Amino acid sequence: MLSYAGRRLLTAVPTLFVLIALSFFLMHLAPGGPFDSERSLPPEIEARLAAEFHLDEPLWRQFGRYLGGLLHGDLGPSFQYEGQTVSGLIASGAPVSAAIGAAAMLLALSGGVALGAIAAMRPGSRLDRGLMLIALTGLSVPSYVVAPLLILIFALSLAWLPAGGWDGGIAAAVLPSIALALPQLAAIARLTRGALAEALDAPWIRTARAKGLPEHLIVLRHALKPALLPVLSYLGPAAAGLMTGSVVVEQVFGIPGIGRYFVQGALNRDYTLVLGVVLFYGALVIVFNFIVDLAYGALDPRVRLA
Amino acid sequence: MKLRELLRQPGVAMPALLLAMILLLAIVGPWFAPQPFDAIDFEADWGRGPSWAHPFGTDELGRDLFARVCVGGRLSLAVGLVSTLVALVIGIAWGAVAGYLGGRIDALMMRIVDILYALPFMFFVILLMVLFGRHWLLIFVAIGAVNWLDMARIVRGQTLALRRREFIDAAVIAGLGPAAIIRQHIVPNLIGVVIVCATLSIPQAILVESFLSFLGLGIQEPATSWGALVNDGARAMEVTPWGLIFPAGFLGLTLLCFNQLGDALREAFDGGALRRTRG
Repeated sequence: MLSYAGRRLLTAVPTLFVLIALSFFLMHLAPGGPFDSERSLPPEIEARLAAEFHLDEPLWRQFGRYLGGLLHGDLGPSFQYEGQTVSGLIASGAPVSAAIGAAAMLLALSGGVALGAIAAMRPGSRLDRGLMLIALTGLSVPSYVVAPLLILIFALSLAWLPAGGWDGGIAAAVLPSIALALPQLAAIARLTRGALAEALDAPWIRTARAKGLPEHLIVLRHALKPALLPVLSYLGPAAAGLMTGSVVVEQVFGIPGIGRYFVQGALNRDYTLVLGVVLFYGALVIVFNFIVDLAYGALDPRVRLA
Repeated sequence: MKLRELLRQPGVAMPALLLAMILLLAIVGPWFAPQPFDAIDFEADWGRGPSWAHPFGTDELGRDLFARVCVGGRLSLAVGLVSTLVALVIGIAWGAVAGYLGGRIDALMMRIVDILYALPFMFFVILLMVLFGRHWLLIFVAIGAVNWLDMARIVRGQTLALRRREFIDAAVIAGLGPAAIIRQHIVPNLIGVVIVCATLSIPQAILVESFLSFLGLGIQEPATSWGALVNDGARAMEVTPWGLIFPAGFLGLTLLCFNQLGDALREAFDGGALRRTRG
């Protein structure tokens, strides 16, 4: 197990490094500097600014400085939000984004597994085909379509829930979490259905049937565990999908999370903020994938040996 | 498999027909629209619901939404097709070379794919947009550069299986070099997986483009795409809900058809080998 963890770590660390290096050098390759504006500044001021942000040093030294800062959790100053650091902005948005993301993940996982299991019980039946068509639709309708539609129906027409804003209450979190969860829920339902239908064909299931076990026990005790392994390995991409989706959902619902800072930063060409969020989310996805890999290895010994 | 046989497979004809209709509408639709897609008409009817004159209604600037949805569809579909082509070329070359050469080169090439796969790509594409400006060409390249990963993985898997077949041995004995074998014997045999992959990659590309356009980072006015239209529609949905419903409907239906078509083709080409490679 330890060597397996070591091998996985051997993938995670270079990935993180590639992410940092690629983003950093791309940023410096880009035409135009962060202080370009309509008016040209006097050369002394430009030199002063360059020195202030160490832009006059050779590139590799700037990279070293940036890496050193990263180790301390310092992502540099924001170019647009004056006097704020990128780390500070991310820290202020993180709790909100995390709350909605966690709710969405929970919803996607429980709903997806339940729907997939129901469909897999009778493969090829009308219920199965209907559920899978709904899941495929859910997968095809992106969050930025779902979110406005949810607002249109549940906030504007029926007036059950607030249309946006954030007060930390549950009511404000319901629609964003649902909009965020739906595509992942659909993906998990499809995965569960496929894997469970395959597992229910296995010889040990025939044994369980021959013993006379009731169908729900067969599914819960014998078939679901192997069927959930693909779902487990999907949690990494699902987390990445939730982060991507949160950018849009936070924008639509006006939620002060990381995603909204990111979009604002992108529209204002706030280099450091955008780079900071990319690195933060990239690192999060890598860590999450690492944990999922470890969990997978712990549950399925075959993976460790491969 | 011939095209006619393919169309007879369960679940292929219906989405294919719908997609053909959507494509046709996007191409010829603007010719039948009452006014060009970007013509602003403040006096006549702005913000009107669907009517005989304007089948999808008009937006708050009095622009005909039917024409806009068609023109936006042209762009969204073009992005899907072109960037899939980019992904196809890179993915096939990468996957076939890795799979055929095998050994250390294969391990290295696939490790690169693994590493890139683990990155949250949407953020990366947005970073590119921020750094290099919002040029439309960049959208194609960025999406193509993301989507080739899936393609490379699947092509490599298929190539590994092909490599052990007798006709490859025969080609080696006949004295053909690796480049010639890959070009003449491996790639032509990948057609099945490539069709499936391409079908599933098109909706991905359309999604990414509309995601960017929705955020205002993709296509810029006066040009438009389904994503940009959904964004406009969502902003004015309290007053003119049809501005959201029509582009969102077309976008969703198109993606659904491509996904369904991809699933059905995968089923048609082979029962299981491809199923495990994708969620």
